[in-house]
Amino acid sequence: MITIPYLTALTTYFSYGLLFAFGQLRDFFRKLIDWWNAGNLQGYAPICLGLEDFYIRRLYLRIQDCFGRPISSPPDAWFDVVERVSNDNNKTLKRTTKVSRCLNLGSYNYLGFAASDEYCTPRVVESMKRFSPSTCSTRVDGGTTTLHNELEDCVASFVGKPAALVFGMGYVTNSAILPVLIGKGGLLISDSLNHNSIVNGARGSGASVRVFQHNTPSHLEKVLREHIAEGQPRTHRPWKKIIIVVEGIYSMEGELCKLPEIVAISKKYKAYVYLDEAHSIGAVGKSGRGVCELLGVDTADVDIMMGTFTKSFGSCGGYIAGSKDLIQYLKYSCPAHLYATSISPPAAQQIISAIKVILGEDGSSRGAQKLARIRENSNFFRSELQKMGFEVLGDNDSPVMPIMLYNPAKIPAFSRECLKQNVAVVTVAFPATPLLLARARICISAAHSREDMIKALEVISRVGDMVGIKYFPAEPKKEQLEENRVKLE
Amino acid sequence: MVEPVDTFQIDTLNAMASAVMNMVKAASDWMTFAFDFPFARAVVFGVPIGGHLFVEGLLLVVILFLLSQKSYKPPKRPLTKKEIDELCDEWVPESLIPPITKEMQCEPPVLESAAGPHTVINGKEVVNFTSANYLGLIGHKKLLESCTSALEKYGVGSCGPRGFYGTIDVHLDCEARIAKFLGTPDSILYSYGLSTMFSAIPAFCKKGDIVIADEGVHWGIQNGLYLSRSTIVYFKHNNMESLQSTLEKVTQDNKRAKKLRRYIVVEAVYQNSGQIAPLDEIIRLKEKYLFRVLLDESNSFGVLGSSGRGLTEHYGVPIEKIDIVTAAMGHALATEGGFCTGSARVIDHQRLSSSGYVFSASLPPYLASAAITAVDVLEENPELITKLKQNITTLQKGLSDVRGLEIASDPQSPIVFLKLKRSTGSSSDLELLEDIADRALKEDNIFVATSKRSKLDKCTLAVGIRLFVSAGHTESDLQKACDSLNRIAAMVLPS
Repeated sequence: MITIPYLTALTTYFSYGLLFAFGQLRDFFRKLIDWWNAGNLQGYAPICLGLEDFYIRRLYLRIQDCFGRPISSPPDAWFDVVERVSNDNNKTLKRTTKVSRCLNLGSYNYLGFAASDEYCTPRVVESMKRFSPSTCSTRVDGGTTTLHNELEDCVASFVGKPAALVFGMGYVTNSAILPVLIGKGGLLISDSLNHNSIVNGARGSGASVRVFQHNTPSHLEKVLREHIAEGQPRTHRPWKKIIIVVEGIYSMEGELCKLPEIVAISKKYKAYVYLDEAHSIGAVGKSGRGVCELLGVDTADVDIMMGTFTKSFGSCGGYIAGSKDLIQYLKYSCPAHLYATSISPPAAQQIISAIKVILGEDGSSRGAQKLARIRENSNFFRSELQKMGFEVLGDNDSPVMPIMLYNPAKIPAFSRECLKQNVAVVTVAFPATPLLLARARICISAAHSREDMIKALEVISRVGDMVGIKYFPAEPKKEQLEENRVKLE
Repeated sequence: MVEPVDTFQIDTLNAMASAVMNMVKAASDWMTFAFDFPFARAVVFGVPIGGHLFVEGLLLVVILFLLSQKSYKPPKRPLTKKEIDELCDEWVPESLIPPITKEMQCEPPVLESAAGPHTVINGKEVVNFTSANYLGLIGHKKLLESCTSALEKYGVGSCGPRGFYGTIDVHLDCEARIAKFLGTPDSILYSYGLSTMFSAIPAFCKKGDIVIADEGVHWGIQNGLYLSRSTIVYFKHNNMESLQSTLEKVTQDNKRAKKLRRYIVVEAVYQNSGQIAPLDEIIRLKEKYLFRVLLDESNSFGVLGSSGRGLTEHYGVPIEKIDIVTAAMGHALATEGGFCTGSARVIDHQRLSSSGYVFSASLPPYLASAAITAVDVLEENPELITKLKQNITTLQKGLSDVRGLEIASDPQSPIVFLKLKRSTGSSSDLELLEDIADRALKEDNIFVATSKRSKLDKCTLAVGIRLFVSAGHTESDLQKACDSLNRIAAMVLPS
């Protein structure tokens, strides 16, 4: 739970109020002008309307240079950010030919597989030449190659489930699987901060959806008891089935799921567990097998395991792992399996190779080193940030660490100042977070060296002082940080 | 034996009658008493008020008494902890999935090489009609070169959504290239073909908006429409009269229609039937009823029109007339992902409002680079389209009278769709067609596929055998396919 200081909440509200008032004022004059040149719509209703459009035009566009910055290199530990200029008050941005080399604290490159890799890339290129970049066909028709079957076996044994099914996009995996598993008369209980793809899948399923307080098992139990006793709304018939949907690591909070408690509750109340490991698979656990391994949960207790390959494996796509029957049924009925182009063969090869490196099957210990490095890096970076007095969310061992900014004006200030000092950070605002809880998000990678992190910490600390986001008093342990630095230099 | 009972009855009746009489007497006595009451015969302002004053007074007392009482509510008794425990214990959920039946167990053939016009299955070379590789770009040397250099430069994945450093310069180049090719102001890339429509539709259609869609649209569109929560009306598949009457009805019924956003959603070439949408007629209706058009060009981009610019070029309609055009790049362009193109306003709106764009990792850069190269190849080699058109005509001709099957698709469609002349219900139809496809693969090395449907798909069009024609197919490939299907259908199907 995030608690905002009273004064901060007040200033944040005031800032948004001011932005809103000025936006409305400008819209008022805009309308006058539009009215003057009336009739350009010719009887159509405007295609973009309402507050959403207002938000984009009057709030987002002012700071749009902080988002979607193009890069011209792989998203490795350091990357080239392309500079952009605007001639019309940030309404449109033009790319220039200038680039600046920045430290990358934004990409989900947890294990450092984003750039070309000595083991993976030659194999990827080879299978690209053999199988072409695409099959142009769905999995059920002519889109299943030997590579796809190999990938599915590989993923199933990696996550510890009897069978797996892969798709070409993580988002589609969630939003096309949930409607197959549950429909009218079923109940989906979803964590309040679940990813948009789960929300969309839940909506598309037609099942009743209830939300429990973020990562609070006790509230989950309360919701479960209440709804099992009540039954379906109005008819009061018993629910057909209940699925609890949680994520392994919450990407905007950096928190680890309280999986052991949630699994215990779901067992007690006979509900099924759907675990989305988009950010945790590969990144946490002793051998990179995700939150189940980290928190000591038997994978047999998690009915449906979902994950993506975009993050730790440096590829694209998503998977579902479960019992043999479940996968067989999904192969027969899941629209993403029946209608979507199968995952690109080189991307499939990248995943297979990355898993082999992680498990040490490539004959080196690089995988184990990467896993040790990401854990060490994350814990070091998090503790240093906390010592500096930043309000950092999330749990230890999680490579995602949000720093709270709150005030809207601090979003571009933090992002632009860091970029000026060659550190690229991600700032997140509405619609990815609630309006009040704007934050910067740091994603740590195994590719970062200790020097990289010390540079990043220096810059963030300096900018943090300038922007005023050290909401907590700093711990008097600065000497220690300095000691560390001296040692390494 | 009967008499005593009768006597008894009469006695009772008598007793009852006398009781009633007594009551009436008592009441009349009471009334008389009331009328004799001192005020009863009072005269107020010259008006004799009679005995009713007393009765009214009495009624008033009764009303006041009733009003003073609490209204009756059934007592609320929330379930006790024990009761909830019992209910939770009693509840038995359904199994997560239904039992696996035999029809669920079919496994597709596994390819041992690239899915080009010729591919290898079980060690045998087969002619492939299941890949929507319309221009034969799978395995094209230029595509492979551009992919190789992109893979070496950028790695495989982009490791982030477009907003958070997942925008790589090739993405922007690809967007510009597609927009330039189609002559639109801007375009936007999605990382998967299927997600293009189901993200783009909810970005523009919200609750209350009106969407008129063809009943044959593919699942991606159906899902997008469902997620948008708009008012959705389906019209008969590719039937312009039905579209017109639907438009008429919707605009007349709804007086607020003018103030709502209104859309017509159609596919250029329907994946579910191979029919081509008559765009000229749709434009006429759209302009008459003031609807916007969303067009899915997944199977027509790179195929229709003299230079492959799709349905608009095919009908000579300027592309500005279509408000939103989407297409999957996993077909003619032989890469993956999808794009949406239209006015700058339409595209910019999606960059923050389209969930599949905002909340998903971006397209792997090598696929964007392949798309750029594919468009270049298409522009430089218009003969690919001519070859494809020839192949379509040849195949259509060769399959025009297969026994028991008829061609449901348009003569110019790159999807040749064969459906049964006499349907026997969709599941047994599919079994029959699967049998033909299996035998074509096993006996003649011709790889064709049936149109399988998910249980979530609401499309009710007839199932069939779908052949994706490619410019890479040779004359003899097509001939072999025609011979094979003719031979097998003659054996399997009744005349």
